[in-house]
This record gives sequence, C-alpha cells and structure tokens, in this order.
Amino acid sequence: MIPVQFDYLAPTSVEEALAALVEHGDEAKILAGGQSLLPVLRLRLNAPELVIDLGKIDSLRGVRDEGDAIVIGAMTPHAQVQTDPLVAEHAAVLHEAVQHLADVQIRHRGTLGGALAHADPAGDMGAPALALDAQFVIAGSSGTRTVDAQDFFVDLFETAIGEDEILTEIRIPKHTGWGAHYEKFVRVAHQWPIVAVAATVRLDGDTIAEARIGLTNMGSTPLRARAVEDALAGQPATEDAVRAAAAHATEGTNPPSDLNGDADYRSHLAGVLTRRAVLAAIGR
Amino acid sequence: MTRISLTVDGEKVSDDIEARMLLVQYLREKVGKTGTVIGCDTSNCGACTVHLNGQSVKSCNVLAVQADGGEVATIEGLATNGELHPVQTAFRECHGLQCGFCTPGMIMQSIDLLANNPHPTEEEVRVGLEGNLCRCTGYHNIVRAVMYAAEHGSSDSVQSEGASA
Ligand SMILES: Cc1cc2nc3c(=O)[nH]c(=O)nc-3n(C[C@H](O)[C@H](O)[C@H](O)COP(=O)(O)OP(=O)(O)OC[C@H]3O[C@@H](n4cnc5c(N)ncnc54)[C@H](O)[C@@H]3O)c2cc1C
Ligand code: FES
Ligand code: FES
Repeated sequence: MIPVQFDYLAPTSVEEALAALVEHGDEAKILAGGQSLLPVLRLRLNAPELVIDLGKIDSLRGVRDEGDAIVIGAMTPHAQVQTDPLVAEHAAVLHEAVQHLADVQIRHRGTLGGALAHADPAGDMGAPALALDAQFVIAGSSGTRTVDAQDFFVDLFETAIGEDEILTEIRIPKHTGWGAHYEKFVRVAHQWPIVAVAATVRLDGDTIAEARIGLTNMGSTPLRARAVEDALAGQPATEDAVRAAAAHATEGTNPPSDLNGDADYRSHLAGVLTRRAVLAAIGR
Repeated sequence: MTRISLTVDGEKVSDDIEARMLLVQYLREKVGKTGTVIGCDTSNCGACTVHLNGQSVKSCNVLAVQADGGEVATIEGLATNGELHPVQTAFRECHGLQCGFCTPGMIMQSIDLLANNPHPTEEEVRVGLEGNLCRCTGYHNIVRAVMYAAEHGSSDSVQSEGASA
C-alpha cells in the first residue's frame, strides 16, 4: 500500500531534471502524473532511491500549433488532451481514444507523455500515436533528438527513451478533415482494452484515399495494421470493401493470451473491431 | 522529510512529511479528515476521491508532496454552517447509499461532474462515475441522486464549489 522511502526532487526546468537523472542514473525515476508509477511503487514492484517529479515544469504542459503539426507537451494531462480544440480538429483519433482511457479522476492526473513512456501494450495512447505518425521529442544532457513512432515502441514497457533522457513533446502532423474512430473492447466499464483499434481515414468523395490503423494489445507493442491500410487505399467507402480489408487485421500481429482472452479470441476481435472502427471513421 | 503547505477545506496546513506519504494518508492521519476513506489497493474504487485544485483525483494515487501549494477539498468541507451541500441533500433524498462507504467519493466525483456538465443525461452520469465503485446499491439511486441534484440543487453552489475547490 505504501511505497518504500525515497528522496524527492521537483525541478522547475528540464535542464535541472536532466542533471539529476545523469547524477543518479538508474536509481532515479521520473514522476509525471503518477497514475501508473504510484501503483507500481505501492505494490513495491519498483523501489527507486530518488523520484524526480516533472509536475513543476510548466513548459512541458499544453498544446500548440506549429503550422503543419500540433505539438503536445509531455506533461499535458489526458483531460486537457480530451478538451483541446487543436487536438479535436487535427488529431481526431487521439481525441476519440483519450475519452476511453481509464476514468475522469485518472484523466485529471495522468499525462499523455507518461502514458506513452510507460508503454503498456494495453495502453490506449500508443495506437493513435502510431496511426497519426507522431514524432517523439526526447531531451538528454547532450541535446534533443526526435524519434518516429514506429521506432519509439521497442517492447513491453520499453521505449526509445534512454535512462538519462526525458520525453518532452509529442509532435503530430495535422490530419485535418480525416474521419476518426477508436473502437475499444472491454468486458466491464473502466477497464484496459482487451483489444482496441484506432482508425483514421481520409475520404476523397466516396473513395477511401488513405487510411491509418493502429492496434492496441495485439502484440508486445502497439502495432500498425499496414496490410489493412494498403487494402483500403483507393477502395470505395462501402461496407463490403471495408469488410474485405479488415480481414487482414491480424497480419504481423502476435497477440497475448491472458485471463481476458486467448490469442485466437484477440485475433477474432481485431478483425471485427477494425471493420467497426473504419466504418465509424467514414461515417458508414 | 519534505515541507509542504497547502489548503485543506479552506484552512491552511503545513507539515514536514516523508515524500512517500500518499495524499489520502496525509488527509486522514495528519489533518484528521477521516471522512475521506480508502476502499482498495489498486486505485480502482474511487472511495478516496477529493478535489485537488478544482479537479477530482483519487487521493490514494497522488503523493502528498504533489499537492504542495495546492487546494484540496474533501467531503468534510462541503456542508456550510450545518447545511448540507445540494449534492449531499440529493443523495439523502434519493437514498443514494446503503452502507455509505463509497459515498464520500461518489459525492466528490458527482460534484466534479456537475461542475463540468450541469445538466447531464443519465448516460453521462453513468460514464462520469465510471471510476467509482459501489458494492451495495446497484448504482440506480446514485444516478438518480445526481440527476436530482442537477434538477433541484442550486446549480450555482454546485458550480462554485467545483470551480473554487
Ligand atoms: C485504475 C486505473 C485504470 C487505468 N486505465 C487505463 C486505460 O484504460 N487505458 C490506458 O491507456 N491507461 C490506463 N491507466 C494508466 C493511465 O493512462 C496513466 O495515466 C498512464 O499510463 C501514465 O501516465 P502518468 O502521467 O500518470 O505517468 P507516471 O505514472 O507518472 O509514469 C509512468 C512511467 O513513465 C515514465 N515517464 C513518465 N513521464 C515521462 C517523461 N516525460 N519522460 C520519460 N519518462 C517518463 C515514468 O518514469 C514511469 O515509469 C489506468 C490507470 C489506473 C490507475
Ligand atoms: S482507495 Fe483510492 S481508488 Fe480505491
Ligand atoms: S453504499 Fe455501500 S459501497 Fe456504495
């Protein structure tokens, strides 16, 4: 219930936070909204000597317009992502997905950067980030680098963020006017997805010009369903075409088996949910 | 030890605490606000819900040091001069509780919900209370209570509580 003792630091700048990380190495842990880290510490699955709280670094919070992209600070709470008009207009599938993450109280505290850095394969933010070709801005003591979404998620709970680095921003190329839907399958309210599908689609009249599909919990990382995307491109926006394309949803996946469902069940879900998500995204 | 200063139900408090102390522990053990209860070990139940800087949070999943400089509102600060908050009244009128263990969190989350959406539909109430579990009532009367509060409670006092808490 109660974490082991640790020292606590609440720096007011990224530089200060990085200096502390470099000094303490793997004895230190970054604290964002705490909605995943505090349960881990309370269950004593981890016992860092130092917790570095990013909560007082104001520059890491907020959404801004950068012309061809929107930029979301890593410490922007889920609740703010949910109501931000730039996100709704230019990254609609993220706007859709975040509404289904956890519950109101957790969305008030938890952050977009924290959810992505945590990299739980059942987490709801990875698939929309992949579908939107997000870029991850990562700061280290020797400077800042940018990592593409497909290189960011490495494995279960593992990302491209190094031990002495901090995720500072998520850059999302504008997908203005794209239809979007996040289809999340759960057994009970307020659950992690058994499988979920993030779909965002650009229509040209009655034709699907392009589609981007992200899968949640169909492998050790969020995945892109590229075979579905290829099968959708240039097709008429009809139920038959979408049904045929969705049959490719499991290509390249490696779904887990657990108490919520075995791998076969998840594979079945992926096809059904992909069809539903794409149809909803194109308003059919 | 880390020194924190914050406001709890309108009163300034200041203490030296261990960084690992959870906000719910701080409220119960240091400030004596035992109206805020602990119902689970996994941050699922919502019984510990309080408002931090005007937003509902699960106080078992926030460190007390993270509340430094902030304003906390608990169930104990709702009634003014012996008069119940409209949402408290609504829970009593609609019999929105049985054992009452979930009630402090339910009421704090309901106030947050109504502050953001003063006239919710039944569906919106159910979704808005998703993070609060009740083992007794089957939720029907809780949902009725929130609808009742939206209809009868002076929405002014509901809103100002949400905004200033
Ligand atoms: C009851 C409950 C239900 C939930 N349900 C869902 C759900 O349905 N779907 C879902 O997606 N999530 C769910 N979550 C998790 C929630 O989304 C968390 O908010 C999120 O996973 C972590 O975000 P955080 O800001 O709280 O990060 P923290 O918990 O503070 O940090 C998480 C991890 O990321 C690291 N980290 C955080 N920020 C950075 C950074 N900027 N740079 C480098 N490392 C960083 C931390 O060191 C830590 O290891 C749930 C949580 C709870 C408690
Ligand atoms: S005690 Fe906080 S959510 Fe259960
Ligand atoms: S009234 Fe008993 S848990 Fe809700």
